[in-house]
Amino acid sequence: MTYEFLVASAIGVLVAGGIFLALRARTFQVVLGLTLVSYAVNLFLFASGRLTIGKPPIWEKAVSDYADPLPQALVLTAIVITFGMTAFVVILALRSFLESGSDHVDGDTVPCDTQDGASDVTSHAVETGEDAA
Amino acid sequence: MSLATHLPILPVVIPALAAPFALLVMRRRRRLGIAIAIVSCLALLATALTILAQVADGTVLAYAVGAWPAPFGIALVADRLAAMMLVLTSLLALIALIHAVVTRADRKGWHFHPLFQFQLMGLNGAFLTGDLFNLFVFFEVLLIASYGLMLHGQGPARLKAGLQYVVVNLVGSSVFLIALGMLYALTGTLNMADMGLRVAAVAPADQGMLRIAGLLLVSVFALKAAVAPLHLWLPRTYAVSTPAVAALFAIMTKVGVYSLIRVVPQVFGEGAGAAAWVPAPWLFPAAMVSAVIGFAGVFVARSMSEQASYAVIGSTGTLLIAVAGWREDSLGAALFYLVHSTIAAAALFLVADVTARRRGAFADSASPGPAFVGRGGIALMFMAAAIAASGLPPLSGFIGKLMILKSVAPLPHWGWAWGVILVTTLIGVIGFARVGSAVFWKTGEACDAPLIPALRRDLAAPALALALLAALSIAAGRVSAYAEAAAAQVLDPAQAAAAVLTEAAP
Repeated sequence: MTYEFLVASAIGVLVAGGIFLALRARTFQVVLGLTLVSYAVNLFLFASGRLTIGKPPIWEKAVSDYADPLPQALVLTAIVITFGMTAFVVILALRSFLESGSDHVDGDTVPCDTQDGASDVTSHAVETGEDAA
Repeated sequence: MSLATHLPILPVVIPALAAPFALLVMRRRRRLGIAIAIVSCLALLATALTILAQVADGTVLAYAVGAWPAPFGIALVADRLAAMMLVLTSLLALIALIHAVVTRADRKGWHFHPLFQFQLMGLNGAFLTGDLFNLFVFFEVLLIASYGLMLHGQGPARLKAGLQYVVVNLVGSSVFLIALGMLYALTGTLNMADMGLRVAAVAPADQGMLRIAGLLLVSVFALKAAVAPLHLWLPRTYAVSTPAVAALFAIMTKVGVYSLIRVVPQVFGEGAGAAAWVPAPWLFPAAMVSAVIGFAGVFVARSMSEQASYAVIGSTGTLLIAVAGWREDSLGAALFYLVHSTIAAAALFLVADVTARRRGAFADSASPGPAFVGRGGIALMFMAAAIAASGLPPLSGFIGKLMILKSVAPLPHWGWAWGVILVTTLIGVIGFARVGSAVFWKTGEACDAPLIPALRRDLAAPALALALLAALSIAAGRVSAYAEAAAAQVLDPAQAAAAVLTEAAP
């Protein structure tokens, strides 16, 4: 198995899981999904300079073969930015949940409580016995 | 090294300096903070006009940040198009800032002015950068400032809409990064001018990847520009934002359009070999659908601010119908209409706000309410803004639409384009007339609720926006000549590329 296959399948799995979660109706799952996608994106950016092993990322006269340093700089920037954005969206989701009393992405009252199960303590629809289905 | 050589970076540096200073002084001395913000906006306007004067003859100002030569370092590029967008941004910022200060919208939270400055920094940077990754970075700067501004004043409705806005944009950022990674892997550069020269040399086996990268990139720009079917986040976001902020946001969708105009001819233009004009066949139908959806929204909107939000979508659609031709005259017409539609949308948001402030509980909903103070003057303002936004004479929207109609006539699908533009204009006029008559005509007698005292000063900003529109109509000849020259420059990227890749060397 080559490294390329390993990295590519890891990116694929992360993106698939991330998209699945991001399409869910509750903010926490959406945030998790976005985090997975951003991990995958960072891996992808890193791989865009070709995968090399044991090569220095800095150009020197003595070294003839070196890893591309630019994707590493890009990944660093992208990690910082997506990290900040994720922190922001977590706080925003919390605030929105506290102010509107619902953690649904479209902010309306709970259309899919039944599928998420009664273990969800935050949903007041379960407590009142209201069944949206 | 005089100050003049550093001119292209000033529009980024000025707000970047003003924001922390405003942040520091705001807590104790509010007036000083406001003064800093206004001075910064005026300085931006002066800088933008200076840049405009320098590039008007067709020179391309290239600035190598940190004196690293162009393909390796980050290049800032100011050409006619970028200068035009800078002037437009600074004018709009001034209007929005005046409105925020006069209506005291900036006092509903702590950090309005610093966020506003960071927003301007992101906008100006996005217009100036010649590097795709930096475009991403400036997008993020302007987005995170816009999250803060959008949530300014808070309240549950704003938080819900804000969450959707943030999530949509995070997804957009991820897609943007994927497209960037693909383009870098294929061409080995992120400098737009350099990439434009290298895409033609991409191996035939990688052409599919190149096309996918191009389409991903364009779909991100379409998301920012709120082109159908990626427009769903916009109406709710803009309609619940503070009106002064919504007026500034009128230029945010135009950032998407600008990036399209900048990147597509330069990277996927004539010289791109098999990937030439990859997004062109998708753009035209999407533009027509968003024009229809936008003006249909204007027709059915329940409040004036919602109507203004849909007018933004509709005008972007109309604009992209012309852009999708990728011809010099249609692009020139589009650029003229871009300037016009940005100011017109801002005027609509501001008029909606001054109306809402006088109608108490009725706010800006499109239902008959009590008579209110200063109705006549505001009704006139609304009429002027509506005329501008829907594109009737005598304001510049009419000129813009006429130029677009004329320029798309030689294109193969001109019949569709004409039909959509003309019918949406009619729908828009009816929609504006419906809301205007409900709000300004069908007012009952003053009911028992006390009339809200008029605060004449808050009419200043919308009046300024309308005055700009009138000035644009009067100067239409010169502005459209400039826009056409800018379009010609954009469609001839080789000259700009030469300037960027050689002049930026120390």
